Amino acid sequence: MTDTSMMPPQTRWWQSRTVHRFLRNRLAMVGLVLVVGLTLTCVVGPWLLPFDELYINLRARFSPPGTGSHIFGTDPLGRDIAARLFHAGRVSLLVGFTAMLMSTILGSVIGIVAGYSGGRIGAALMRVVDAFLSFPSIFLLLALAAFIRPSPFMITVIIAITSWMEVARIVEAEVRSMRDRDFVMAARMMGLPRSQIMFREMLPNVIGSIIVAASLTVARAILLEAYVSFLGYGIQPPLPSWGNMLNGAQQYLDKAPWLAIVPGTAITLAVSGFNFIGDGLRDALDATSDQR
Amino acid sequence: MLRYLLSRFWQSLILLFLVSLIGFMMLNLAPGGPLSQFALTPGMTQETLDRLAEQMGLNRPLLVRYADWLWHMLKGDWGKSYRDGLPVLEIIASHLFATLLLMGGSTILSVVIGTWLGISSALRQGSVFDYTTTVAAMVALSIPTFWFGLVSIFVFSLWLGWLPAGNMYTVGDGSFSDYAIHLIMPSFVLALVNVAVWSRYMRSTTLDVLSQDFVRTAKAKGLSPRRVLMKHVVGNAMVPMITLAGMQLPALLGGALVTETVFTWPGMGRLFLDSLGYNDYPVVMGLLMFSAIFVLLGNLIADLVVALVDPRIRLD
Repeated sequence: MTDTSMMPPQTRWWQSRTVHRFLRNRLAMVGLVLVVGLTLTCVVGPWLLPFDELYINLRARFSPPGTGSHIFGTDPLGRDIAARLFHAGRVSLLVGFTAMLMSTILGSVIGIVAGYSGGRIGAALMRVVDAFLSFPSIFLLLALAAFIRPSPFMITVIIAITSWMEVARIVEAEVRSMRDRDFVMAARMMGLPRSQIMFREMLPNVIGSIIVAASLTVARAILLEAYVSFLGYGIQPPLPSWGNMLNGAQQYLDKAPWLAIVPGTAITLAVSGFNFIGDGLRDALDATSDQR
Repeated sequence: MLRYLLSRFWQSLILLFLVSLIGFMMLNLAPGGPLSQFALTPGMTQETLDRLAEQMGLNRPLLVRYADWLWHMLKGDWGKSYRDGLPVLEIIASHLFATLLLMGGSTILSVVIGTWLGISSALRQGSVFDYTTTVAAMVALSIPTFWFGLVSIFVFSLWLGWLPAGNMYTVGDGSFSDYAIHLIMPSFVLALVNVAVWSRYMRSTTLDVLSQDFVRTAKAKGLSPRRVLMKHVVGNAMVPMITLAGMQLPALLGGALVTETVFTWPGMGRLFLDSLGYNDYPVVMGLLMFSAIFVLLGNLIADLVVALVDPRIRLD
């Protein structure tokens, strides 16, 4: 960001008014608190608890929340749910965040290339995007996860492969509408190479939309991880994730409902947090939102 | 109109081709691939695996295999299940009704509730009601469907005992009311996300229509607010919703898969998961393609309906 002078001033996304609008948005602040709070709890939490997430104590099986120092109770093997929840949170948040990075990069590159090239190349790329969108992502995700040997990294890659399309669509539309703007013309006339026009001139102008899409993609990626892991094809035990903690919860629903309630609440809070932030960012970046 | 329909039809065909290419390549390039089931058989040697690969034609170039596979698909020969040897299309067909029933029930719910919520919050823009539904919709989008299903089972089956916890009908009963009572909970669970999406879109399109000139004209003519709303606003705001319904199809199908798992609903989603468990490659591939074709068809139909309803497209 050193050569800000190269960019047209009217589209700077970090303009203080945008930041102000974001900070004034109560829901976005709730989201920020949720996300930061949950992340901190998951990072710090395991050190504060007297239990190890893998320590099995069959005598303490199915202890309800609040028994002894098990704040969220224990699971069918007597493992402390709080300890597992925090470790699982590290895994789920990391998978969600990494998948977001991968899919945002992939989607942005495809979107910029398609939008700037236009014509046949652009149309062909966007048809590929449409084709990917025609698969219900859970079907595709499960099929890939079942045939590829699941490791946390592969799961992340697979989630990214099934969720880059929204970003690509948004970026393509914006870049296409910007293709004939004066600053792009100027860059073209100066004889800058295509890649430089696309990634040095145009990318900074769509970064706002990319960030909005990215925060919504984290939410989506955390949900997708939960879906595949719940169904048994995602993160494999003993490594806990919020999704696979719910994997066995259904059969103990009458005996130990907290097995289902605790991790599900964590997922809902984290995903809501990212959705609130994304929505707040979208409003903040929308210059017309002050008038409403 | 005819030209629009033809071009839309061509687009769908091209997309269908791309979908088949992507689906085939992804599953065939994945490590393991179609032979992963046989590789697990005890006493299996590399030699036998190679012979199997040759028998199944797996040692031919990928593009040749794709062309061969596509040709068989077009002829309606989608392969046979590894599990029971039945033709894939037949298996899918026998699970289709359950899924359609679930999707239908849930769509009716989400359209009715979502439309009502959307219009109500648009008419009271900025009110507490509007704000509450906005936040509620965002939270609803963040709840994992399967977890919502588990919580509903806990509350309504185990705790209150009002509704059955799963299955499509009671064995030995199978009357209409029996089906209906089994349908209530899964379709509400599946509808949650769609209600959220639907109400958001309905709100914004209603706001769009409300600011149009013809609404002002209708009001100026002295029509009652109710008539303006029902005849001029709602009707016009519903048109983009048809497109939305098509766009929501992949999410609806994916949600149905998860909902079916939680409620042991005997539809395509359950079939998909069972087939994954058995490494039943042809059925998995068939369901993947079937769901994509279903989505493309749904979108095409949605566009046809919009073209029939919207005079601006009809006149083109």
